[in-house]
Amino acid sequence: MKELLEGSLAVAEVVRLCRPGVISAYPITPQTHIVEELAQIVANGKLNAQFVNVESEHSAASTVLGSVACGVRSYTATSSQGLFLMAEVLYNIAGMRLPVIMTTAARAISAPINIWNDHQDVVSLRDSGWIQLHAEDIQEAVDLHLIAYRLGEDKSIMLPVMVCMDGFILTHGLETVNMPSQEEVDKFLPPYKAPYKLDVTNPLTLGPLVDPEFYTEARFALNETHKEALALIPKITSEFSNVFGRNYNGLVEEYQMKDAERVIVAMGSVCGTIKDVIDELRKKGKKVGLLKVTSLRPFPSSHIYEALKNATKVAVIDRALSLGSFAPLASEIKAVFFGKVKKPKVISSFIVGLGGRDITRESIKEIFRLLTGKEKQGEFIDLKPELLKESYE
Amino acid sequence: MSKTLFNSGHTACAGCGQSMAARLVIDAAGPNTIIVNNTGCLEVFSTKYPETSWGVPFIHSLFENAAAVASGVESAIKYLGKADEINIIAQAGDGGTADIGLQALSGMLERGHNILYVCYDNEAYMNTGVQRSGLTPFDTNTTTSPVGSISSGNLRPKKPVPEIANAHGIPYVATASAGFPQDLQRKVKKAISIKGPKYIQVHVPCPLGWRHETNLTINVAKLAVETGLYPLIEYENCIISARRQITPKPVEEYLKVQGRFKHLLKKPEEIKKIQDIADNNIKKYGLKVEQQQISPSA
Repeated sequence: MKELLEGSLAVAEVVRLCRPGVISAYPITPQTHIVEELAQIVANGKLNAQFVNVESEHSAASTVLGSVACGVRSYTATSSQGLFLMAEVLYNIAGMRLPVIMTTAARAISAPINIWNDHQDVVSLRDSGWIQLHAEDIQEAVDLHLIAYRLGEDKSIMLPVMVCMDGFILTHGLETVNMPSQEEVDKFLPPYKAPYKLDVTNPLTLGPLVDPEFYTEARFALNETHKEALALIPKITSEFSNVFGRNYNGLVEEYQMKDAERVIVAMGSVCGTIKDVIDELRKKGKKVGLLKVTSLRPFPSSHIYEALKNATKVAVIDRALSLGSFAPLASEIKAVFFGKVKKPKVISSFIVGLGGRDITRESIKEIFRLLTGKEKQGEFIDLKPELLKESYE
Repeated sequence: MSKTLFNSGHTACAGCGQSMAARLVIDAAGPNTIIVNNTGCLEVFSTKYPETSWGVPFIHSLFENAAAVASGVESAIKYLGKADEINIIAQAGDGGTADIGLQALSGMLERGHNILYVCYDNEAYMNTGVQRSGLTPFDTNTTTSPVGSISSGNLRPKKPVPEIANAHGIPYVATASAGFPQDLQRKVKKAISIKGPKYIQVHVPCPLGWRHETNLTINVAKLAVETGLYPLIEYENCIISARRQITPKPVEEYLKVQGRFKHLLKKPEEIKKIQDIADNNIKKYGLKVEQQQISPSA
C-alpha cells in the first residue's frame, strides 16, 4: 500500500512487519523517531515484543546480543556517538556470529558536536565485521531492512547487518512509500531459526577464550563469510524482486552507465541529487553516470570493476574522512583498479556534505566540471575559505 | 563423586576462591540456568576453546556488559514464554561489577529484570595482574596502589556495592563468602526463588593476588568474616533480614597471613585504621554474638 510517511515511521513499520521479539535502544538524535514509534507500536499491542529501555547504547547493543543469542529475532537503532559507544559490542556481535539488525541514522562525529548528516559514524565502523547497507531513499531504507534480516539470518551467513540511512534527510524526510503487507513480508522472511543458541536442553558455551592456536581461523572464517554474503546478495535481491517487484540488482546500482564517460561513485541520499543532475546533463548530451554503492560491506569490488572499467573519469564522493590519509570510499575504489590494465584515466576524490552541509545540484555539477580536469585528491567541495582565516592571536 | 555443573580440568590457580564459589553457585542454581559472564579470570580459566567447564548454557561477551547481555537473555526468555522455567545468572569479578560494569548493573537492577547477579569479589583486577579496583580494601598493596615511602597502599575503603544495589529497591541483596559454602548455596537458592533483580557479592580469596598460602583459602575467607571486615548480611526488600554474628577476632589475624597487607604489620597506626573499619561494621550491622539477633544466621 502506498503511504506518505516520514522515514523513521516507515522504518518502524517495516521492523514491526519483521516481527522482532526483543527491541532495545537508547535515544540519540536523529534516530529517536524510529524507536519512539516502535515503543508506541509495542504499547498498543500491535507487536508482541519486549521493549527494553536501556541506560546506554553500549547496553542496547549488549541486550540485543543476549536476545539474539537466545534465538530471538531482535532490533536496535542508533546514530553517531551512540554508534561509537556501541563499537566494542559491535565487533563482538560480529565475531560471535549473531545476526543483530540495526538501523543507523548516519550523522557527523564530535568534535565539534554536530547532529546533522554525514557518513563519518558508519564508515568508521566498516571493519567491525557487520554487513553495512546504505539507503538512497526511504523506500530503499524500508526494503533494505527486509533484505538485512533475510541476509544476516541465513544459516550460511549468520552476521549482523547495519542499515544506514542519512540522518534527518531520510529519517525525518517524507516520501510516498510502498509499504509491504504482512503476507508479503512473511513470504520473503521466514521466522528466525538459530543454528546455535543458549538453550538449557542443549548447553553450549558461547564466547570462549580463543588462543593463537585457533584465533586466526575464526577471523579467516568471518572474512570468508563476507565473500559468501557477496555471492548470496544477488539471489536474495532477485527473490526480493519476485515478491515485492523492486529490483536492487545485487546492491550496486548503475544509473546511465552504459556509455558514461564521467561517472560519480557515491552512497546514500546524495545519489538522488546526482541522478537529477545526470538527467539534466544528459539532456544537454553529456555522457555522465552514477555508480551507487549500496553494500559497503561486503564490498562488491568485482561488480564495481566491471561497472567502471570503461569509464574515462571517475569521481568518488566521500561524506567522511580518514584523517591524515585518503578518503575512505575513494581509497577503496582506487584499490579496485590497482594493477588492472583496463581502468579509468582519472579517479578523483571529493569530500562533500560534512556535518549536514547541503549538497546541492550545483555541488554535483561542480564535481562533474572538476572531473574534466586533472585528478583531484580529497578535494573539498563548498568549502568556505574565509572561515579558515581565524587564529588564536 | 556427585555431579557438578562446573567441571574440573579448568586452568584456575591452586587455591582459587573464585572457582570454588562459582561451582557452589551453579550447583545451587541447577541445570535450568543460563550463565552470562563478564570477561575476567572465571571466563578465562573455564572456557578456553575448545574446552569448557560449564554444564549449563554459558555466554561471555565483554568486560562490562554481563548485566546488559543478561537483560537481553531474560527479555528473550520472557518473549519465548519460559520465564518461569529458567534461571538467569549474570556474574562478574569486582572490577567488572563495581567499576566498569556498574552502569550496566544499575540499569539491570532499575529495570527489574528477573536476574541474579553474582559478584565474585577478590578485591582487585587479578586477571590483569593485581591492579586495584573499587572493591580493593583500604591500605592494600596492589600493583597500581603500591606501598612506597609516602604510601601505605590503596587510599580508599571498599565501594559499598551491596548498599548501592539495595538503593535500587530490589527484593534481595546478600553478601557471602567462599569460606561459608552452605551459607552461599542457601543464599543462591533463596535468591533464585525470588522474582526480580537480585545481587549477591561473594568474597573469594585469591592466593596469587593476596599472597597467602594456597591451602589457606578457606581460612582466609573465614577470617575476613570473623574479624568483621567482610560482614555476611542479607537484605530482603531493602531491610536487613539476617547477618552472620561473630565473636570478633582482631584484624591483625586476617592481615598477617596475606602478603598484600604485610607492610602494615610494623605500622600499628595503620592497623588501628583497619580495626576501626571492622569495628564500624560490627556496630553498624550488629555483628557481635552478644547482641540481639534479628533472625537466625545460617
